[in-house]
Amino acid sequence: MIALRGLTKEFPGGVRALDGLDLEIADGEFFALLGPSGCGKTTLLRTIAGLETPTSGNIWIGGTEVTSVPPGKRDVAMVFQDYALFPHMDVTANIAYPLRIRKVPRSRREARAAETASRLSLSELLSRRPGQLSGGQQQRVALARAVACHPRAFLFDEPLSNLDARLRLEARTFLKRLQRELAVTTVFVTHDQGEALALADRIAVMSAGRFTQVGTPTEVFQRPANTFTAAFIGSTPMNLLPGTAGDGALRVAGAVLPLPGGVPDGPIVYGVRPEYMDLSPTPRADAFAGKVAVVENLGTAHLVTLESREHLIQAVVPEGAEPSAGTAAWAVPRPGRGLVYRDDRLVSPSPANGENR
Amino acid sequence: MSRLKGAPSPPSAARPVGTAGFVLPALVLIGVFLVFPALWTIYLGLTDYRLTGLEAADPRVVGLDNYTAALGDERFRGSLWLTVQFVLGSAVIGQAVLGFAIAWVLRDRRGPVKRVTEGLVLLAWILPSSVVAFLWIALLDRDEGTLNALLHTPGAAWLLDHPMPSIIVFNVWRGTAFSMMLYGAALSNVPPSLLETARLAGASTLQQLRDVVLPHIKGHVLTNLLLISLWTFNDFSTFQITAGGPDGRSEILPVYIYNVALSGGRLGFGAAISFLVLLVNLVFAVAYLRLLRSRRTDATPKAAP
Amino acid sequence: MSEHSKPERSQANRHREGRGGEVTDERAESEGRATPSEEGTSRLKGRPEPAERSEAIRHAVAVIGRATFLAAVLGFFALPLLWLATAPFDARPGITVSVPEFTLRNFQALLDNPYALTSLRNSLIQAGGSAVLVVTLAALAAYALSRARVPGRDALLYVLLLLSSVVTGTAAMVPLFELATRLGLIDTHLGVVLTLSGGLLPAAIFIMKDFMDGTPTSYEESARVFGASSGQILRHVVIPLVRPGLATIAVWAVANVWGSFLQPFILLRDPDKAPGAVILYTLYTEGGAPRLDLISTFSLLYSLPVVVMYVFVSRRYGFRFHGGIKS
Ligand SMILES: Nc1ncnc2c1ncn2[C@@H]1O[C@H](COP(=O)(O)OP(=O)(O)OP(=O)(O)O)[C@@H](O)[C@H]1O
Ligand SMILES: [Mg+2]
Repeated sequence: MIALRGLTKEFPGGVRALDGLDLEIADGEFFALLGPSGCGKTTLLRTIAGLETPTSGNIWIGGTEVTSVPPGKRDVAMVFQDYALFPHMDVTANIAYPLRIRKVPRSRREARAAETASRLSLSELLSRRPGQLSGGQQQRVALARAVACHPRAFLFDEPLSNLDARLRLEARTFLKRLQRELAVTTVFVTHDQGEALALADRIAVMSAGRFTQVGTPTEVFQRPANTFTAAFIGSTPMNLLPGTAGDGALRVAGAVLPLPGGVPDGPIVYGVRPEYMDLSPTPRADAFAGKVAVVENLGTAHLVTLESREHLIQAVVPEGAEPSAGTAAWAVPRPGRGLVYRDDRLVSPSPANGENR
Repeated sequence: MSRLKGAPSPPSAARPVGTAGFVLPALVLIGVFLVFPALWTIYLGLTDYRLTGLEAADPRVVGLDNYTAALGDERFRGSLWLTVQFVLGSAVIGQAVLGFAIAWVLRDRRGPVKRVTEGLVLLAWILPSSVVAFLWIALLDRDEGTLNALLHTPGAAWLLDHPMPSIIVFNVWRGTAFSMMLYGAALSNVPPSLLETARLAGASTLQQLRDVVLPHIKGHVLTNLLLISLWTFNDFSTFQITAGGPDGRSEILPVYIYNVALSGGRLGFGAAISFLVLLVNLVFAVAYLRLLRSRRTDATPKAAP
Repeated sequence: MSEHSKPERSQANRHREGRGGEVTDERAESEGRATPSEEGTSRLKGRPEPAERSEAIRHAVAVIGRATFLAAVLGFFALPLLWLATAPFDARPGITVSVPEFTLRNFQALLDNPYALTSLRNSLIQAGGSAVLVVTLAALAAYALSRARVPGRDALLYVLLLLSSVVTGTAAMVPLFELATRLGLIDTHLGVVLTLSGGLLPAAIFIMKDFMDGTPTSYEESARVFGASSGQILRHVVIPLVRPGLATIAVWAVANVWGSFLQPFILLRDPDKAPGAVILYTLYTEGGAPRLDLISTFSLLYSLPVVVMYVFVSRRYGFRFHGGIKS
């Protein structure tokens, strides 16, 4: 278990990279840190590892406070973005390095390295140097080195970002399986939300040193707690349109939509994912009217961008149903899929079993 | 990419102490054998300290007497002028031009010609100065020198009749390697696309050099000139060829200081001249470092797209 | 040249050259090696013949000019070196370069000379001692300066770099002699080692710091997370990673001390302590006819280690510029 209380890190230049973070990560949980570049993900990971000392706040790992414990005594393994494989050691020596530090006898640690390597299908490469390995192999060696020392937690800093798109998918599946097998608490930094959604048990979305939301992938994807998360998550950004609530209805960009229960009257921001929109060729009251500006092929579907008076509205339509550019179209949000934000907080109730945060 | 953000802050408070412990031994050695002598030069230059005699036991502070004496000394002024000739002739003109020419001709060559040429030029640079000095004595010897045998000029005493040209040519031979390598590195950094663009526009070799290459390696040229001038100005290896002779006709400043101070025993006077050398070095070095800095700051915006 | 696979671009080249009337030498060279297909396309366009001929002339002039220049350079640099290659093996070495009457007897004579071997040993002691001192101190200082953010670090480096070029042996010979006299370091190896090391250290620190800065901190951090102590990090990670730098500094220091003449010349009176550089000088300046057999053989022997080291370093790591010169 990893716990943070009021964790703050201010760099000498005055940059507040972490700003009062509170968090609990359960044993065996796969936890993803997601956020735009510069939001403090790496800093948080390095602070958990002990490579940075927090300005204030505390860290617990496995029930003991480690805030001032040096990195080597925290019993965590970290995989750096550039893997940090020692270029002058072969694969065996790299994997066995943590054991060498613990003074495990040479024969034992080499046996353990070989065993770990075979588990990660690296057996053929044991006597190679990192420079003679492909990116994917290097990544696996780095994982093996982390696995070999049986730590209480894994800390991964964008371990997949140096791989090409295809390899990344493979490595992702592999990583998830490995983590399930080992059941070691894992903190995984990424700026690729697809990765976070696919891998994590829970996700923390970060912005400017704070968590904007912590929740399961489903929660974060379907019910982003604020407009930042809403805009950040999803392969196509969510439509976020200003409007007003009143008289038992929502008025948004020319459309009149049913008012969800519990939404007070006043100005709101209405959000709906392009995936949850349907296009109608005929006018409707509960639809956003517009002209088709762009149609982008996504492979199995099309992303249609409508130009309404003031806004751009996007909808994903299935293969074969795409309109041609320049025609008029009406985008209808599916019932129950719209989200209502007020003062940048989600106010519409969950259709299913209640709110999360 | 996180490594580009620079070194991380030290994670424990104990770090600065460790830092000092690591740096201190080096600093002590530098302090005693580099900084202190430099400062002492200043003091000694104000005394009439001598190697032997009355003043050796009890040197007196004589103020600026050494400096006024130096300025009035025919031999010092002559030595200064010879030094200027030496630096301009062998470094600024000789080494820099020859080094650039070799680098330019060899710039996109591969194979044995390039390797042999570079190897020979480098060899002249890395051989110990005592060896090199004797090689040149052998080359220029009056009776049996290779040069006389080659030119069929038996009995031409190059080192006696033309001491300055001899040591200037010697120093060109000795030091061209640095310029060649520096310009070689600089030329390989000129983007080929720039040269190709110029060629497409019909520029001649000279025009390419003037319009594309020179602007691009301006910083390197200046760096090179400053460094080789500084080194040549302080070079002592000609002492082993002519020892300043005959009659001081090749007595450049370093040799002059040795002859006056350590041979002649006038330590205070020698220190005063040394201090002048230090000042000139300082000017060159500060200019060089300023150049380095401005190029570093120049380079930063270029690196970011 | 890849241009030849793109006829259209070459065509454009020719067109413009025709107008500008100037061709660079290597352009001319590549024209000379033009592929048939390119020739074909250019003919299709009916390019004027005279331009081609003047190009060919220019090409020839450029090639000849370059060859002459290179031959002159080769001659100039090889000439003084020839004697070093022939005389040591000559049964009757003269000062003139001549085809040697091959013998190895000169080396035997050298072995019999008491000063020659002692001086080589002295050179070895002084160079080795300085190299060890410089490498150790420079590596420690550079590591600390590269990794920790101490206030005034940049200023310190700036001053160091300044000092290294300002306070030369030439400028400081009087106080260095004085200092050594008062510290009792005259006629000791230690005196030469300390004096030379002090002069070499600033640049060595600078070069080392370049190497240290070039190795990502993530290696050390990774080792730290696995629990390695500072000493272990230094031994397991940092030193192996900067080994090229250490080797460079060591070779550079050895070569510098091996070749340096002024400091040992000033600081050592006793010929039993003098390094090869000084002994060689006394061999040919001290009265009468110089022993050419000894001088030539000793010169060769004395040069070999430096040359071998440079070849080794450039083979292994390639020549690099340091101290901000490379950039
Ligand atoms: N050593 C440092 N000194 C000063 N500021 C730093 C340092 N390291 C990071 N920062 C700053 O802290 C903030 C967070 O940086 P961090 O590396 O944690 O971002 P990140 O979320 O990992 O970004 P990325 O996705 O680009 O890796 C940034 O503004 C960064 O400039
Ligand atoms: Mg990061």
